[in-house]
Order: sequence, then structure tokens, then C-alpha cells
Amino acid sequence: MAMANKPSPETETTLVMADGQPLKKALTRAMRRARLRAFLLVIPLLAFVLVTFALPIGQMLYLSIHNPVFSDYMPRLTAYFNTHPEEGVPNEEGFAALVLDLIDAKKNRTVGRVGTRINYDRAGSSSLFKSSARKAAKFKGPSYKESLLEHRQDWADPKLWNVMRRAANAHTFDFYLAALDFTHDANGNLIKVEPERRIYIMLFLRTFMLSTLIAGLCLLLAFPVSHLLANLPLRYSNLLMILVLLPFWTSLLVRTTSWITLLQSQGVLNDLLVAIGLIGDDGRIQLMYNQFGTIIAMTHILLPFMILPLYSVMKTIPPSYMRAARSLGATPFTAFVKVYFPLTIPGIGAGTLLVFILAIGYYITPALVGGSSGELISNQIAFHMQSSLNWSLAAALGAILLFGVILLYWLYARLIGIDNMKFG
Amino acid sequence: MKTLKLVASATLAVGLLLPAATVSAGEITVMSWGGAYTKSQVEAYHKPWMAKTGHKLKSVDSPNPGAPIKAQVTAGKVSIDVADVEYSDAVRYCDEGLLEPIDAKSLPSAIDGTSAENDFIKGGITDCGVANIVWSTIFAYDADKIKGEKPKTIADFFNTSKFPGKRGMRKGAKANLEMALMADGVAVADVYKVLGSTAGVKRALGKLDSIKSDIVWWEAGAQAPQLLADGEVVMTTAYNGRIFNAAVSENKPFAIVWDGQVLDFDMFVIPKGAPNKALALDFIKFATSTKPLADQAKYIAYGPARKSSAAFVGLFKDGKTKMAPHMPTAPANLKNALVNNFEFWADNASELNERFNAWIAAN
Amino acid sequence: MALPPHASLGEKSWHYCYLIICALIFLFLIAPILVIIPLSFNTEPYFTFTYEMLTFDPKGYSLRWYDNILTFGMAEPDRPRNNAWWDDVWANAAWFHAFKNSLIIGIAATTFATVLGTLAALGLSRPEMPFRRTIMALLISPMIVPLIITATGLFFFYAAAGLAHTYLGIVMAHAMLGIPFVIITVTATLTGFDHSLSRAAASLGASPVTVFHKVILPLILPGVISGALFSFVTSFDEVVVVLFVASYDQQTIPLQMWNGIREQISPTILAVATLLVIVSIALLTVLELLRRRSERLRGLSPG
Repeated sequence: MAMANKPSPETETTLVMADGQPLKKALTRAMRRARLRAFLLVIPLLAFVLVTFALPIGQMLYLSIHNPVFSDYMPRLTAYFNTHPEEGVPNEEGFAALVLDLIDAKKNRTVGRVGTRINYDRAGSSSLFKSSARKAAKFKGPSYKESLLEHRQDWADPKLWNVMRRAANAHTFDFYLAALDFTHDANGNLIKVEPERRIYIMLFLRTFMLSTLIAGLCLLLAFPVSHLLANLPLRYSNLLMILVLLPFWTSLLVRTTSWITLLQSQGVLNDLLVAIGLIGDDGRIQLMYNQFGTIIAMTHILLPFMILPLYSVMKTIPPSYMRAARSLGATPFTAFVKVYFPLTIPGIGAGTLLVFILAIGYYITPALVGGSSGELISNQIAFHMQSSLNWSLAAALGAILLFGVILLYWLYARLIGIDNMKFG
Repeated sequence: MKTLKLVASATLAVGLLLPAATVSAGEITVMSWGGAYTKSQVEAYHKPWMAKTGHKLKSVDSPNPGAPIKAQVTAGKVSIDVADVEYSDAVRYCDEGLLEPIDAKSLPSAIDGTSAENDFIKGGITDCGVANIVWSTIFAYDADKIKGEKPKTIADFFNTSKFPGKRGMRKGAKANLEMALMADGVAVADVYKVLGSTAGVKRALGKLDSIKSDIVWWEAGAQAPQLLADGEVVMTTAYNGRIFNAAVSENKPFAIVWDGQVLDFDMFVIPKGAPNKALALDFIKFATSTKPLADQAKYIAYGPARKSSAAFVGLFKDGKTKMAPHMPTAPANLKNALVNNFEFWADNASELNERFNAWIAAN
Repeated sequence: MALPPHASLGEKSWHYCYLIICALIFLFLIAPILVIIPLSFNTEPYFTFTYEMLTFDPKGYSLRWYDNILTFGMAEPDRPRNNAWWDDVWANAAWFHAFKNSLIIGIAATTFATVLGTLAALGLSRPEMPFRRTIMALLISPMIVPLIITATGLFFFYAAAGLAHTYLGIVMAHAMLGIPFVIITVTATLTGFDHSLSRAAASLGASPVTVFHKVILPLILPGVISGALFSFVTSFDEVVVVLFVASYDQQTIPLQMWNGIREQISPTILAVATLLVIVSIALLTVLELLRRRSERLRGLSPG
């Protein structure tokens, strides 16, 4: 507020306040107070969002590079690995550490967790750890290596030891490697997993492509409608706007349910096609549980997010521009391409980016109507969170997705500006 | 000013409502699989137990009750007292220290005095779990949709040229891979040996690949009969009890093919740190005693896990359907049946699910 | 939008084409939402129009799925419908339980988000606010970050903090998700706000609190209320976070719908969906009235 009457630099040196203070100082102080007051208003919310949002996500990111299961429950073997950096199957000392750890793990009922951790990277390790831990108490040193190998020959597998050695590092990037379809071979070299096990890169790409397609479709559908809304007299456009706002305000699950009713093979659309004779009763089309289902339902759900920013931009373009272009001899097409379209680009940018950002994180709709080919990366994150319970991998997948979103968000803030986000 | 007051009183009201979340004494929470299955447990276990003890019981459903257990125990905030989980999960979570051990000796004997250890079907009691039912994954078809010759063997399920139409299957590796191998001609005794090799997994996925474009995947048990009823598929794999219920109680024209069925136990377990451990144990003892186990068969076609219950299995709740022939364990149904190998799945579940997910996601 | 009289034949036909395309797009937007309304009155447990429904035979229509909303989950739904029956509904009906939860969580989260969000928006709209853009970007980000990531983060965080499976945990999460909407709508109102009005009030001797109540609040109220509505709807519609951090006790309507769709898609879901569409229409009406009021009020200040 004090800023409004800021004096020019020439006069400020000579001016003093009523209490004798130089004006410049008083102004700086008033300014500082105003800044502080503004900041104090924001502090409670900032603290709240930091605690309930930034902190949990930070913790998740940490989990993706920190998995202490092995080092916590196998402390002796972990210590052995730290002092013996050579790869491969160790000697008696390493086996002794392993056996003692297994005995403890059996006692504390943690051996299953260790087995599960190693099982992520080497199938069959779960029962190996379990059965060895059962036997371990009966082994008599110092021929631990011999006894263990006698029990299960697997313990002579160098790959198993390399996997354990890597798992012993509580801090690891291995889950990121797994999230990008990479693994280590028996010698510890970085390789791509076998082609028939590659999934995540493909899903990231599919998520990216489907989101692009959905954003494109939304743009295609939103453009004419927004143009109409922006150019109709207010009393008509307000009425038509309800057709955009009602879907926008309707629950996501309601809209997804609607699409299930429409797309099922015994659903409304198929029935309609059968009724008008386009297809036979036994030739019903599979419209759902595939990519088509995901694309059409998500396009419908995200369309209002494209129409609203586009409409608000088109609303500001004076109709006289087009008339001027026409009167100067441009064909309607030229006038549109050269005059109108360039003016809508800010709206197109805002809408497309917003729809794209929202689409790449979608989970509910693909899970319900997408089947297997319409699945996105979020569904795999949910799978690892809720079914396989490999939480570190889920966190790593989430972190990669988050990185992509932040990049786009930054782009949005730079190009469009966060202040320009509006609803309704 | 008015608005502020309104806001303040709303906050206060909400604050007063919050403590409602705490569970009062004498109430346990039991988590199960939902649908007709939970209903049968409510009738056979929950209601009699509540009537007998005067305690309350809250029934909660989950598409896989195994998943929330690990989450809750690791979080140290357990709200489930008893969960009904698959055999392999009961064993795996027990090894991971996520479950309370249950002493087999504390379970009630059969009516003729046979000890619980001898009364349960072999493998029915583990360190942390007590079996309640024997269930099976079968495949079923809609008899109205398939005219002429009906499917009879597991191979028919994979034969879309002989029996055209969509197939429903559970979205997961377990049971699907075994069924694929059996359909491909692998003998029951060799299934897990073959599946243990890389070539065997390829073979199983190859068989699934042959019908991949026709598969509609389901996740929750109730979805399978729903898919059949909605006409989304002509055949689907399903839990046998769900199909029985749809066929008998809802008069759906569904028929079960027992050839190539995959048998499994379901287990009652107590998550480590359950809020009402003692009551939970009391419930499990009651529910898995001879009579209630036999009673459950009145409501759904799953076999009781105690041998002594068999004598009490009578008619379905409709009062006319004999239950015995609908049990997965009925001799006629066991001719070509596979018993799920929990050890194999504890070892290979994460690897095979990963392979399976990659296969399913690839176009 | 009317065509000028001198339009050529090509222009005319293009114009009608364009109108037809627009009509089809509007149909695409609204038809899926409207189609569930008649289907929710289906007598049969199907998701499609029966012959009776198409011929407007009253036999084809029934309220059984609406009745099922009440009876689903009840201990004894077949008893005579007296007070005891309604007590049973209140205590056990699954949809009712979910509705109570949705309402409690929605109102608490909205209150929280609106109070904190409005205060912050007042700070953020001042030109002297330091790091304005960065802070704004951070506060808006819960709207941008995919819910599955937020839910995953909250799952671990709440487990460690003992907030998993509590009302407080869900309320906090939903408040956090609603805050961006409050910030956006309130700051949008404040950009048109004439600051000389509050200076005038101050120069006439009003204390900052009086200025806020008598001058600022009445003017930004429409923005605050529409922000609150947005944040309520966000909470009322949210399912992913609830899926990850709630237990049965905190089951909300969207979660109940999610379970229902996956397990048994009976037309009960459609009946619930229809009721929710009616709620959206009500909210939309309130919002429209607010917008008009806001336009009227803002007309007063030169701006």
C-alpha cells in the first residue's frame, strides 16, 4: 500500500517522516512489514501442504531408493559383504555369517521377509531361505558351507550371491532399474531383462501415447464447441454451457459407470446397433475392456478441461478481426487460419497441457473399462501397492511418473502461467 | 460473522463425530472375499457366533484380503481381527511374521473325540492358519449360449474354434497357468514340475496366447458369474461356489466343468497385533468346529475342511438340492483335479506374476 | 452467430455442417449422463432398455433399485417397514453408511480447505508477497500430481504417523486435494478486487478485522463459496486416496461404487449414480447463482 505513493529517487533523499526518520527507511520498513503480513497469511496453508503433501511424497521417493530389509535382518552377512568386496560365492566365513543370520531370522520370524526380498530378483529364493533357515540350527560349524550346499545346491549359484550382495545395500537404485526393465546378469553387469518380461517401458510409452491421443481428441472435439459457445449470444451460450458444466461436475465414477452401461456387449450401444441391423446379435462388438474403452471414456471425462480454457480465450477474440480479414479479401478459410487460429493458441496450449497432465496419471477409469490393453502405468503402480506388495518398485514407478508430470507442470507454469488457471 | 460461526460450529460437530471411529469392546472385524461367499459365512459362522457369545462382529469385504494384512501390520495399525486368505498367503505371511501363531491343540475336537489335528484334511492346519473350506477354480459355461455339444474337458475351454466366444479368466498367474498346461496335455502329477522350468512357463503362456484376444479378465470373485450372466463371455473360470449359487439360487443356466479343476484351501488367520486377539481366536475355534463348517455347505458349494463335517453336509438352503455332488471334493469331480502347490507359489508368485503381467500388457 | 445475408452456398452448407457437428459433440457430452437415469428405473437387472421400457409400459419401470440402496447391507431387510426397520437402515445399510461418511469427510475437509485457502489467497494476491509464483505452484500441485502418487505417498506416511484408517487422515488428505480449487477461485476473485476500497475503509478508521468483514469478505464471498463447492465435490468424488488409506469404517460413496462396479454391477449403481447427477445439478445451480451475484457486485467497483 505504501508503494502507491513511492516518491521519485531525486526527492527521496531529502524527505523525512514526521518523526524525523528518513522516508526511504520508513518505506523499506513498511514494505518489509507488508511482506511479512502477506507471508503470515500464507504460512498456515504452506505448512499444511508441506506436511500432508510434500513430506509424504518425499518419503515415497526415499522408499524407492531405500530398502533395508536385507541389511536389517541379515546383519552379519551384510557386514561380511562390506568387508569382502569380491563378487561370487564366498568362502566359509561368509557362509558362517549366513547361517548365524538365518538362525536368528528363523527365531525372529523374519526369514520370510528376507526370502521375499531376494525373490524379487531371483525366483525360488523364498523356499530356499525358508528351508535353509529351518535346517540352520542343526548345522555344526565350521563346515557351514558344506552343510548348506549339501542341503540345497542353490547356495553355490553366483547369481544368488550377487543378488544378496546388492540387496545388502539398503540404499539402492535397483528398483529404478527394475522400473525401466533393467536387471543385472550373473556377473553383475547391467542388462535389459528378457523381451518377454519387459513391461514398464512399454506401459510408460503407452501411457504417453494414449494421453497424447486423448488430448488430441479432446482438442478436436472442444474446438468447434468452444467456438460456438464464444460466438453465440449470452443467453444461448449460458444454456449450452450447462451441457459442458454438468459432466464437469458429475462424479468420475458416475461417468465411468455410464460408459460401462453404454459399451458392454449387452449394453445400450450394442443393442442399438443390433436393433438397426448394423450387426447381428452374435456379432456384438467388443467396445469395452480394451484400449477403445479407455480412450472414449477418458476423452469424455477430460473434454470439459479442454473446452473451458479454450472458451475463455476465444471469448476475448473480437469478432471484428474476422470481419476485417474478410473485408480485406481473405477467404473464410484463410481468415480462419491466418487470423483466428493463431489467437486461440494460448487456449489450445493451456487445454492440451492440462488434459495431458491429468490423463497420464489416470487410474480409476482404465482399471474399470480398460481391460488389459487399455491399462496405464498407474494400474501397475496400484498392482505393486496392493497385490504384489513390492512397495519399493511401486515407489520407483511412481517417482518416474511424478518426474514426467513435474516437467510438464513446469512447462505449463512457464508457458501459460499458473495464475491463468480457471474453472467454470 | 455469521459464516464464521457456522464454520466453527460445523468444525465442532465434526470433531465430536470423530471418536466414533474407535471400536467398542466385544466387537471383532472379519475380512472376507465378498458376495455369496461372505453371505454363507455370515449365515454359518457370524450369526451363530454372535448369538452364542453376545459379541458383535463386523464383516468387511476385499477383493483379496491378503493384501491389506501386510499393509496394516507393517503400518502397526491393525483394524482386522480375522481374515480369510488363500493358503499360499497364509503360509507366506506366517513366514514373514505378519500373523499370530495359532496353536492347533487349542482347536476343538470332533464330536466323536478325534483331535483337531487328525480331523482336518491333511494340510488344513498350519502354524498361523486354520482351514475352513476346500474350494476350487473351475470353468463354467452358459448352457443357453452353447448350442449342441457342450464343453467337457479343460482343453475345450482353450478351444475357441470348437466353442467360439469370449472367455473370462482371473487376472493373475495362479490357476491360469496350471489350467493352460493341463489343457495342453500335461498330466496332473507333472504340472508343477513343468511349470518350474522356463520352457514350461513359455508353454503355458503360449497356450493362453492362443485365446488371448478372446479373454475378458476379472479380478473380484463375484465378477465371474456376472460376466456370464451379462453375456459378456460364454465361458469363464470361476470359484466353483459362485457358479453354484448363481445356478441354483438365481436359476441361471450355468454348468460347471470339473475336469482340470484346481483345488485350494481358504484359511482363517489373525493378523499380528489384531485389536481383539482373544475374541478373534474364539471366533476361529467356533467357526472351524464340525457343525458350522458343515453348515456353510448349506449356503455355498465349498467343501468343509474337517472330515467329521462331511456327515452333516445335507441339503442346500432351498431344501431340495443335495450338496454332496456339488462339492469339489466329491469323488466324481476329482477324476482329473490338481491340488494347488502352495510352496511352488510362495517361491514363484512374484516371478510368474511379473511374467504374466508383461504378457498380458503386451498387445 | 447468424449468417450474413450475403453468404455463399458453400458457406451456408459449411455453417449447417458445423452446427450439426457441434450438436453431436454436445450429445456426446451429455448423453452418457442422461442415459443412466431411465435405466435406473429398470424392472429387470439389466443395463439396457427392455421392450417394456421402450414402449413406456409401466411394468417396465420400478423403484426396486432405489429400494435396494436402502436395503443393501441391512441385517433384516424383509421385516415390516416400521421404526425398527429404519433403525436398521440407519445402522447397517451400506450405502447409508457410505453417505454419512462422505458427508462428514466432505464437510470437514471443505471447512479446513476453505479457511486456510482463503487466508492464503489473501496473502498471495498481494503484490508484495515474496516467492509468490513458487509458493503458488507448490500449493496448486496437489491438483496436478496424479492421485495414485499422492495416495501412495500418503499410504506410507499415514502408516508411520498412525493416521491410516482414521477420519482425521482422510479429512486432511481431502482438504489438501481441495486447497488448489479454493486458491484458484479466490485469487481469481481478488484480481478484480479494487484495493482502494479497503484503503478507503482503513482511512475512515476501520480496523483491519472490520475491513475484512465489512469490505473484503462480502466482495470475495462468491469466490470463497465456489471454491468451497469445488473442494467439497473433490472430496465427495475422490476414491483413490480413500482406497489406499481408509478402512471399512471410512467407506465413502465413491469407494462403495468402485466396489460395486467391480463386484456386482446391478442397476443399484445406476440408481446411486442418478441421485449423484441430481446433486451435481443442484451444485451447478448454486454456482451459477453465485456467478451472477458476483458479476452484479463487481459491477459496483471500477475495476
